[in-house]
Order: sequence, then C-alpha cells, then structure tokens
Amino acid sequence: MNNGATPVVALDDAVVISSGFPLLSGVTLQLWPSSLSVVTGANGAGKTSLLRLLAGLDSLTSGSGTVAGIDLRDGDLRLLRRRIGWLGHEGSFYDDLSVKENLTFAARALGRPLDEIESVVARVGLSGRINTSAKQLSAGQRRRLGLAWLLLRRPELWLLDEPYASLDDEGRTFFDHLLADVVAAGATVVISAHDPLRSSALNPRTILMSGGSIVEEST
Amino acid sequence: MIRTALLVAGKDLRIEVRSRVLLWQVVPFGVIALLLCGLALGPAHAGSSSAGPGLYYLVTLLVTLLMINRSHVVERAPGTKSSIATLGLDPAGVFLGKSLALAVELWLTGLVLLAGAVLVLHTALHGALIALPSIVVTLGALACAGTLYGALTAGGETSATLLPVLALPAFAPLLIAGERSFYDALHGGELLGWWVIVVVALVAYVAIGILLYGVLDE
Repeated sequence: MNNGATPVVALDDAVVISSGFPLLSGVTLQLWPSSLSVVTGANGAGKTSLLRLLAGLDSLTSGSGTVAGIDLRDGDLRLLRRRIGWLGHEGSFYDDLSVKENLTFAARALGRPLDEIESVVARVGLSGRINTSAKQLSAGQRRRLGLAWLLLRRPELWLLDEPYASLDDEGRTFFDHLLADVVAAGATVVISAHDPLRSSALNPRTILMSGGSIVEEST
Repeated sequence: MIRTALLVAGKDLRIEVRSRVLLWQVVPFGVIALLLCGLALGPAHAGSSSAGPGLYYLVTLLVTLLMINRSHVVERAPGTKSSIATLGLDPAGVFLGKSLALAVELWLTGLVLLAGAVLVLHTALHGALIALPSIVVTLGALACAGTLYGALTAGGETSATLLPVLALPAFAPLLIAGERSFYDALHGGELLGWWVIVVVALVAYVAIGILLYGVLDE
C-alpha cells in the first residue's frame, strides 16, 4: 500500500488527555498518500479527537507522531494547520459573509489566486448562491461551501468530520465522486462517520474506534 | 503581519456591516444609556455638572464591553474556530486586525456618543472638539486592551460575565486618563500629561498583544 512512500500520518501510542479525561488512549496509526480512510465508532469513541490531533488542533499528551512531516510534539503546529484541510460537522465559516466573501477571505489568507473561486464554487454547485450569506444556506449547501473552502486550499491531508451529515442522496453521490478525484490526485483523506461508507467504489480503509483506541482495522 | 492585519480588519468590519449589530443594537444601547445619564442628572444639572466626561466614558465602557464580546463571538461559532485555525494566520496580525476593526467601530460609536453628550448632557461643543484627538487615542487603546482580554476570556461559557471582571481593572487607568483629558479640554486645563499616559498605554497594549495574542488565543 505504501509503495515505499513516506506516511502522511504516523502515530505511535498517541495519547491525548483533556481536562483529565482521556480522549485518545494509545493510538498507533499510519496513513499513506493517495488513500482514503474512514474512522467509525459510536459517539465518544474518539473519532473527532483523532481528527483534531491530526489537524494540530489538539496536542499530544504522550506518545509520538508526525503529520505531513511535522512532529506533533515539538513541530510548528501553525505550519501543520496550513497544510491540512479541516471540515467540521458544524460548518466552517462566517455566517454573515457571503459564499464568495468567505472563500475570498480563505484564499487571501492562504495566498491562493482569487480567480479560482468561481470555478470552485461552480464545481460544488453553488454558482447560483455565490452572493448569498452563509447563514441563508441550507445545511447541505453549507456542506458544499465547506467543500469549496477545501478545494480552494488543495490540502495534502483532508480531515472530514461527519461529512455526510445533512447531505441528500445527490449530495452524497457528488461527495463520493469528489473524494475519488482528490484521492486519485494524491491527497490523503480521513473521514469520521458513524457508519461505513455506502459507496463501494471508494474502497476505503475502515478504522473502528472505541474508548479512544483503535479496536479494528479492515481494508 | 500587516497583510494579515488588514485582511482580518476588513473581514471583521464587513461582518459588522452585514450583521448591523453595531448600528441597530450597540449604538442605540449607548444612546439610551447616555439619555438615562442625562435624566439621572436632571435638567437643572446636566449642563452645569462636571460629570459629563465621566458619564461619556462610562457609557463608552459599556458599549466597548458589548463590542469586544461581539468581536470574539463571530470567531467562536461552532466549527469556525477550528477552520480558521487551519488557515495558520499570524497571531500578531490577527491581534492588530481585530484591534483595528474594533477601534474603527469604537471611533464611530464614540462620535455618535459625543454628539449625544453635547445634546443630552449639554457638554460644550467647542470643548468636545478639543477633546476629540484624546478620545480617538483612548478608544484606540481600549480597542487593543479589549482585544487582548476578549481573547483571554472567549470560548468559555461564562465569557460574557468574566470579561468585565477581568478587563475593568485594566481599563481603569485608560478611562481615568481619558476622562481627565476630556475634562481639561472642557475647562481649559493642561492636556499633555494625560495624553502621555494614554499614548504610552496604547503602545504598551499593542506590544503586549503582538507578543502574547497567539498564546492567549490558543
């Protein structure tokens, strides 16, 4: 699977404790470029905590790990955050700004060309809503805006927390096709989901979590 | 850092223009509070009282607390904080940008309240105009200090009530210096000493913010 490549994610006995509560308790994991992994498990299993650790949003308490070549213990987490794409299950943007204004802010912050915005918006099917404020979008459209935000960023590691929530069948199919494209382009994608992916075409690696630990992996 | 500051300031100001919270909620609150101050003094004392500058800054302080909370609430919406964190923005630039946006909002509100003080508290217009530069600097310093304390208290469930408790002691020297310079402007006193205090405070808060905002925000 690795074809001699360097893993994008390498965790060794990673432990994350927050306010005395263990969120992750000894996770060992390697993820390779151009791969899709689905982290499943019940509520509180540690799915979101794992994604947050990989995003550099939470710190390691013990153990070791690297993400995109950056050490999670003493590396530059701000640099790491710039290299990943995060889509939380709540939304990812400023409600009072329009679709275009949100994407313009992200593009300017990341030094991306502004002329890509319209094509990205068209790709996620929001061209007709480009000047609509984010708070006026439906839940599914907000998901698409989140995807546009990620497409604009072109991260090497995509971390998607419950991305299928609020998506209808058409949205899910669109999302599956998009994931297939970005994985084919070399990105590493990690999804957290309650259930295994519906699309068999994606052929993901499934990681089952419980109590902050990985209890089963299957390909 | 400057590029990030301008980006963040532009974003914050655009959000205020879109949401109109400042226009329809914060400014009317300040005007009503000023009106109540005038009523509390009574028509016989409003013009002759020396409390005008103090009441002006008291109302400005209440408005400032609302605006600091507002400035940080937009960043703490569920999901937004994590996503913005992944942009990897320079914390010093974010501090300067948020302070600049807050300062612009405070300057606009401060102008409206100054006009209100002239109308409601019968503060002398000529003295108010002389006091204007010191008000601008004082509100700028309040914006910088407020951005720092806003980052310190934001995120918790009690941030709205914790902010005044933590920030008021830090704001007190600024308010005293601002009030004194306003008073001296009205009564022909020496302004320079109070000016120096406010300018030094502004520089100190800018320097502290540039150095510490990243740590506080984390």
